[in-house]
Amino acid sequence: MTSILTNLFDGVAYGMLLFVLACGLAVTLGLMNFVNLAHGAFAMAGGYVCMVLVNRTGWPFFAALPLAFVSSAAIGILLERTLYRHLYARSHLDQVLFTIGLTFMSVAAVDYIQGSSRVFINLPAALQGQFDLFGVGIGRYRLMIIVICGLLTIALQMVLAKTRFGSRLRAAVDDPRAASGLGINVPQVFAFTFAFGCGLAGLGGALSAEILGLDPYFPLKFMIYFLIVVTVGGSSSITGPFLASLLLGIGDVAGKYYVPKMGPFVIYTMMIVILIWRPNGLFGRTAAR
Amino acid sequence: MFERKIFSTTAAAAAIASLAAVMPARAEDTVKVGLILPMTGGQASTGKQIENAIKLYMQQKGDTVAGKKVEIIVKDDAAIPDKTKTAAQELIVNDKVNFIAGFGVTPAALAAAPLATQAKIPEVVMAAGTSIITERSPYIVRTSFTLAQSSTIIGDWAVKNGIKKVATLTSDYAPGNDALNFFKQNFTAGGGEVVEEVKVPLQNPDFAPFLQRMKDAKPDAIFVFVPAGQGGNFMKQYAERGLDKAGIKVIGPGDVTDDDLLNNMGDAVLGTVTAHLYSAAHPSQMNKDFVAAYKKAFGSRPGFMAVSGYDGIHLIYEALKKTGGDTDGTKLVEAMKGQKWESPRGPISIDPETRDIVQNIYIRKVEKVDGELYNVEFATFEAVKDLGKTKK
Repeated sequence: MTSILTNLFDGVAYGMLLFVLACGLAVTLGLMNFVNLAHGAFAMAGGYVCMVLVNRTGWPFFAALPLAFVSSAAIGILLERTLYRHLYARSHLDQVLFTIGLTFMSVAAVDYIQGSSRVFINLPAALQGQFDLFGVGIGRYRLMIIVICGLLTIALQMVLAKTRFGSRLRAAVDDPRAASGLGINVPQVFAFTFAFGCGLAGLGGALSAEILGLDPYFPLKFMIYFLIVVTVGGSSSITGPFLASLLLGIGDVAGKYYVPKMGPFVIYTMMIVILIWRPNGLFGRTAAR
Repeated sequence: MFERKIFSTTAAAAAIASLAAVMPARAEDTVKVGLILPMTGGQASTGKQIENAIKLYMQQKGDTVAGKKVEIIVKDDAAIPDKTKTAAQELIVNDKVNFIAGFGVTPAALAAAPLATQAKIPEVVMAAGTSIITERSPYIVRTSFTLAQSSTIIGDWAVKNGIKKVATLTSDYAPGNDALNFFKQNFTAGGGEVVEEVKVPLQNPDFAPFLQRMKDAKPDAIFVFVPAGQGGNFMKQYAERGLDKAGIKVIGPGDVTDDDLLNNMGDAVLGTVTAHLYSAAHPSQMNKDFVAAYKKAFGSRPGFMAVSGYDGIHLIYEALKKTGGDTDGTKLVEAMKGQKWESPRGPISIDPETRDIVQNIYIRKVEKVDGELYNVEFATFEAVKDLGKTKK
């Protein structure tokens, strides 16, 4: 019984992590209709920024996390203004080729600068190990992930649903021409949204280093997981990818625990079954535009 | 006209003959070693260590042997067998190398094997560790290790030292399966019991669920083999999950506590017992000098891959000395068979029958020495052959 709960806890933490890593992709892919396969590169950038700050300059871990967000967002906005915006109107194939190229460049660049061995971020002692809660092993680090990602999800949902910026973004997505006619600066809204998505990826990268490992191949290794989250969740809202992440996280952990022989395939099997059942993802709107 | 034709043919023949006379003369001055290593990708630390060690050896011993200049040509295969094959072809056909060497992983070593046979040049394997490798070509000679060597010995040791119930966690590829099978064979023969057996995918992001399964099985120890590089991830999550506090030890072949990465793993690795061919803490004078020189040149500690590279280039030098500089591949392989020498890891030799390495296997425990983590050796099994072959 207790191991079921421990697995559930681990699964939720893993799912939350997947969500923070992937939700920026859900935004660019779903809201902006842009295929950004370089999403993982922004996550990696955040991870490495956090690692350098904590390990080399002795920053506290919690101070480095916001910096991971900010730096990835800054790289995001820079690339959006200089490169990405020229590709908004292009075909999806062009976007795929461009962003895959960007991913390979980021892999080579990080390999050159930081070397290819896996790095770890030095965690404060308070985040290490497990404690017992009614016999259930709760990992401190995973608990922190659940708290941070949980708060973030609520905040995101609020911003999108309740704020002025949220309604502008939704308007810009639904009908860019009408929105700009109403005086909404559509490119600016998109740029900001894109940068925010990159920032989230960066934060996710920093948080995931401990659990997934951080090396220059990060963007290539985990791209598939991000895409699974977005396809299963549907890309028209935040709730879809969120629930999909949780489902996949729990499913993946449970699969590896209970049927270790086929553990790695559980996540793919789930994806196939869900997509046969709902081809547009769990919460996909059919033909949004 | 007839005369003219004869004349031109003779002239051409003479030209070819003189060219032929010049070319080998130039080639004879140098001996080329094509080094195929993963310099990028997940196995890059292997490539880096071997390259460093070879540089160090050539700095110490000079780059001429038996009157020939030794030239090293490095090619990066990122541990992808297709690239290994292309690199080997280029080296053999275009660069006309006299040796191919390196090979970070088993599939890479196997990919080059038919080429070594065809070209009749020695393939010196300096890293890859499955038993089958040397059986794939009569030109393959190995200076690293086989997983059977260390896994059988840790199996024997465990069962004699009060470890009765073991859970295993191994990467699901050839070396992982070798490690698992050889361990199980000796461990269960001695009366031990494997209570849980998990094979993890090679590209595994998160060990957590597997480790939870190990914890719930309540074994005395976990036998673990993951490729060098993933050891850090494994040990961190092992500690996070509190397996160390639950009294579950880690045992295995020494890849998981590679000297290269050991220092970054944290105190959770303390007490880990492994069987392996080399530790930077090996107490011989030769090793102390080797470690000091390596640290001075490259700023890091040499691991078992470095020492395998160091011995690999030594074997090439010795073979050339024995043939007096003759670069005929078959003669070179013959010259390598039965070579015996003192390495930083201890006394080693090349088995003349299998062309595989015979070496001491040490049982080591991770301890803190002068504030750094080391694999401290406490028992020695002498002159261990590759049991993967003798059992056949």
